[in-house]
Amino acid sequence: MSENVLEVKDIKTFFYTAKGIVRAVDGVSISVRKGETVGIAGESGCGKSTLAYSIIRLVPPPGRITGGEVFFMGKDVLKLSEEDFRKEVRWKGISMIFQGAMNALNPVYKVGDQIAEPLILHKGLSKTEAYKRAYELLQIVGIDPRRANNYPHELSGGMKQRVMIAMALSLNPSLVIADEPTTALDVVIQAQIMNLLKNLKKELGISIILITHDLALIAEISDKVAIMYAGKIVEYGLSEQIYDNPLHPYTKGLVLSVPRLRGELRELAWIPGAPPDLRQPPPGCRFHPRCNVKIPLCIKEEPPLIEVEPSHYVACWLYSSGSR
Amino acid sequence: MIELSWSMPVHSLQVDEKSIVYVENLKTWFPIRRSIIDIVRRKPRLYIKAVDGVSFDIKEGEVFALAGESGCGKTTTGKAILKLVELTDGKVVYRPSKHLFEELTSINPSIPVVDRYGGIEISKVPAKYFKPFRTEMQIIFQDPYGSLNPRLTIYEILEEPLVIHEIGSTKDERVELVSRALEMVKLTPPEEFLYRYPHMISGGQRQRVVIARALMLRPRFIVADEPVSMLDVSIRAEILSLMMDLKKQLGLTYLFITHDLALARYIAGRLAVMYLGKIVELGDARRIIENPLHPYTKALISAIPEPDPRNRLKTRDVPIKGEVPSALMIPPGCRFHSRCIALEQVPELTELCIKKEPPLIEVEPSHYVACWLHYKK
Repeated sequence: MSENVLEVKDIKTFFYTAKGIVRAVDGVSISVRKGETVGIAGESGCGKSTLAYSIIRLVPPPGRITGGEVFFMGKDVLKLSEEDFRKEVRWKGISMIFQGAMNALNPVYKVGDQIAEPLILHKGLSKTEAYKRAYELLQIVGIDPRRANNYPHELSGGMKQRVMIAMALSLNPSLVIADEPTTALDVVIQAQIMNLLKNLKKELGISIILITHDLALIAEISDKVAIMYAGKIVEYGLSEQIYDNPLHPYTKGLVLSVPRLRGELRELAWIPGAPPDLRQPPPGCRFHPRCNVKIPLCIKEEPPLIEVEPSHYVACWLYSSGSR
Repeated sequence: MIELSWSMPVHSLQVDEKSIVYVENLKTWFPIRRSIIDIVRRKPRLYIKAVDGVSFDIKEGEVFALAGESGCGKTTTGKAILKLVELTDGKVVYRPSKHLFEELTSINPSIPVVDRYGGIEISKVPAKYFKPFRTEMQIIFQDPYGSLNPRLTIYEILEEPLVIHEIGSTKDERVELVSRALEMVKLTPPEEFLYRYPHMISGGQRQRVVIARALMLRPRFIVADEPVSMLDVSIRAEILSLMMDLKKQLGLTYLFITHDLALARYIAGRLAVMYLGKIVELGDARRIIENPLHPYTKALISAIPEPDPRNRLKTRDVPIKGEVPSALMIPPGCRFHSRCIALEQVPELTELCIKKEPPLIEVEPSHYVACWLHYKK
């Protein structure tokens, strides 16, 4: 098996607000192999975006990474100084496609300039060289290179998102984090963007972390899926394992709540209640207040993430101590 | 010009005693401001043709879904029905309940009754007489974060329609009505929610408040404009099932505006798919999703992701070209022709598609498609 591009071990990111400590990411471990796509799913506020920002070290204050290790290409990048991380890892090694392409581009610069900027700063290319590369990148993401002279407002939403992807690819990173790359886009454009990501994965062999609340979208591209709930991973496994045989009650609820286009028309299920306040997560299993199959142990003790079958992990007392 | 002989039935409005709302050739165009130079040069005024000739009727007790991509005019259609935007042309007819009809005719005997079922052309009702209609026609907005005033408590938000329509003379009475509405949307116990502010509750709970607000005046017809698209997938079903329960309990009729066809399959009776201001396909929702006939509907359906991990191994085939043209410059002929895949596959039709706009043809019983591919002599 190929080596891990990224290995996150027990990372903790807390937000120190005036009203208390928000444990947004509370001990998460994931690994991404070369060429692999890992999907991270969960409801809003489960910490999935914070996890992404922690990996690329862009957690906004008052948030802080308070523990854990992030190995990128075998090196613990949390130990690097901010300056070294910026020079060596961010964008060169790990880049990010931000949520909301509409607002992530600078409206007063031409898109070509925005793609060329990191090339000039990081690689020391001249402006003409950088522009040449920008044209190539635009071609890779399926935009007419002449569009480099356009301002963001002259592009459609789908094209802006493609520009964001081109920017993320500009320094040939090994890992791209895509945070809700298609929210606010129409389904046709969404499908085109997902096709583009699939092609990039195949042709460039990059690893992708896809973050979204939409399980249907994750299935489009991910080899592995991690389900997050209240700052923790509750289930982790190969896509087939998660979709065909979800084990955690939360994952089951999520999978059943997706409306489907084909197949039998059964009632849509949902997960009652709302995620907990991460300043004071409930004791025991964090999902127990919303769980319909809880046992007394769930309220008292937090379930560990255990391997129930090869490469399929679940944090639920129903599957511990052989009770399955 | 191409001569056409007609043998196929074309969509026409069939209004009956069950039609609670219908629109006929509805057009809503938004004018673009011209610069002073353009005015001096007598450049013609340009319009964004958001809705450009739409006709359909909604039967009492039905969930009628209006689907399409952003900018197709689905929300504008919903707003035009509620008189929240001006019509450019066409008519909107609403059939009020018996007691409202009597009340309306007693205050304004010249009210425009246009059919024998008591339908009133609300597009002709002057604004000062329109207030009573609002008790029966309501809207649920898309964004539960933007549509609740953050400075009002939930009680104040829900009380407002009662105050405006002078329902409930004492505060106790109004508290009682508001509490009952909160119970209806399952925000219980109501006392716990009455004096909270919107920011203190979750997104799903806020959307319940938005629904409760729409229910305060006991409406019969509700325009639900993407009521769950801003919510997490895991709680969407809960809100939808609440809306369906309320529909049964209170005998509501919904115009359900959505971009999500998979969702329409679960809740809608009939479905209309819009493209650039026109309906391109109309019929039974499940039938259309199983057997889409218009190339645009086919493309939309093929683009919807499914929670099946085997999809990751193949590229999704979305049979559509380019991007939506601007509603300022709608292509001539079939407005979809610039993006249509079938245009090249069926060369003998190309001229027709580019020059002549297809009507909504009835291809199978109650399944209408605006596409020349389905036209037969």
